[in-house]
Amino acid sequence: MSPPLDIQAVRRDFPVLDQMARGKPLIYMDSAATTLKPTSVVEAVTEHYRMGAANVHRGVHFLSEEATRKFDASREKVRAFLNAKEAAEVIFTSGTTGAINLVAHSFGSRLKPGDEIIISEMEHHSNIVPWQLLCERQGTILRVAPINDAGELLLPELEQLINARTRLVSIVAVSNALGTINPIEQIIAMAHSRDIPVLLDCAQAVAHKALDVQVLGVDFLAFSAHKLFGPTGVGVLYGRRALLDTMPPFLSGGDMIRSVSFAKTTYADLPAKFEAGTPHIAGVIGLGAAIDYVNALGLERIATAEAELLHYGTSCLRQIKGLQQVGTAAQKTSILGFTLDDIHPHDIGTLLDQEGIAIRAGHHCTQPLMQRFGLPATARASLAFYNTKAEIDALVVAIEKTQRLFA
Amino acid sequence: MSSQMELYQQVILEHNKRPRNFGKLEGGNRAAEGFNPLCGDHLRVYLEVTADGIIQQIAFEGSGCAICKASASMMTVALKGAKVEVAQAMFGEFQRLLKGELNPESAPNQLGKLKIFSGIWQYPARVKCAALAWHALSGALSNQPTVSTE
Ligand SMILES: Cc1ncc(COP(=O)(O)O)c(C=O)c1O
Repeated sequence: MSPPLDIQAVRRDFPVLDQMARGKPLIYMDSAATTLKPTSVVEAVTEHYRMGAANVHRGVHFLSEEATRKFDASREKVRAFLNAKEAAEVIFTSGTTGAINLVAHSFGSRLKPGDEIIISEMEHHSNIVPWQLLCERQGTILRVAPINDAGELLLPELEQLINARTRLVSIVAVSNALGTINPIEQIIAMAHSRDIPVLLDCAQAVAHKALDVQVLGVDFLAFSAHKLFGPTGVGVLYGRRALLDTMPPFLSGGDMIRSVSFAKTTYADLPAKFEAGTPHIAGVIGLGAAIDYVNALGLERIATAEAELLHYGTSCLRQIKGLQQVGTAAQKTSILGFTLDDIHPHDIGTLLDQEGIAIRAGHHCTQPLMQRFGLPATARASLAFYNTKAEIDALVVAIEKTQRLFA
Repeated sequence: MSSQMELYQQVILEHNKRPRNFGKLEGGNRAAEGFNPLCGDHLRVYLEVTADGIIQQIAFEGSGCAICKASASMMTVALKGAKVEVAQAMFGEFQRLLKGELNPESAPNQLGKLKIFSGIWQYPARVKCAALAWHALSGALSNQPTVSTE
């Protein structure tokens, strides 16, 4: 066992934490929206623009070769991070949303009217709407697996939805609104026993849980760099080669072709086939730096620190009268969703902001989930390893102050 | 005084807790629904407008945050008995107030107690909450049954 994280030391990697918000020391509890960026990531990105700035895969000159080398090194870092068999299975996208849209358009283009796709009630809109649009284009059918009041997926009900017309199971690995960790191993086993591929939305999972695509045997996996301490505007679609090879391109243009003539154009091999146009080079390099950072800390130590915060936060919130926690699954990441009697989440959000505490209030891009709980919105404090118990204490004080104001 | 107190003044908290003219208006002749997709705030504004253009009765129902509800409640108080043209002019003034473009202390206006929302422009995320009831009102006056702030 490695020693636990030295949180005070780790916090110095995030200069953003060392500032005042509304005249109070900033307390950042919105990591599920986007994580903070350590100095090493910020420097990798600025370094590219300051000294690199060249395009990749095209130039014959020094700067372009440097950029290409770093770009390719990042792909290898992602490959190792996910333990993919080959780097070519790592496709850079604009984010989780971009990755899911790629699958919905490319894999989806082969689907026939009446074919079915299974999602769950706790999906982010980015794992709902691309499938709804596919249904409009192709006449496919979307099936939705229900959850219980704790926010846990009902596996038997999910299993019952699987039938001979099911073509894909697309499920969130960790819910952004509830923190629920879904039993992805079981879901994959269930789908694979019927030869149905599985897509995992790992936007939230990626920073909290080690993901080994070969051990999981997952077919597609999507995540965003910005929820892994990396830059915005870049993400990853992992896809199994056997599937990616048979799928048509999604976006088209430069970089994704082998040869173009007006008579016939042939496509490049993986991963270029799915990476049309100039990519977010600085972002990809930043993602590589983010993975280096996470690896140096160790995902296990991160998970241990966050489990402790979750445990402490959950029991602190439980003490507050008039507070209901939303998302009480047995297996959870450090996301604390809640509502307060007679106080709208937006008022909570604004009043906590007055105390320098950043949380999110709203539907978290999970409107069907909010409807499931009969709530217009929730307040959500999402914690990462750089948060402290003292910050949770400050959250409790600020919540109680809000309650007094509304009493 | 902290800025928190400027936004959540007692008057606003009180209107939130005890909204005036809250509920469905029986016998109204205009209504519109206002929806703020971003936060799920949802209001319905009912009017009874007389033949000579007076807002005889006004009421609202729905759910939203304190800013949204207090704004709706105070709007109904301010507009009961007002001429339609006056209500429309006040909507314009109120919108400029929310954007920080109208200083109620120096520019002539009819906003009266609604001036309390003058600090909101500092909270861009909350401007829509304060404006929702007015958008619904405007929809009702122009026979537009649903309005969205998006
Ligand atoms: C579970 C989940 N899926 C998908 C997304 C979409 O990610 P992005 O906006 O980075 O594409 C998010 C981000 O909010 C998320 O939390």
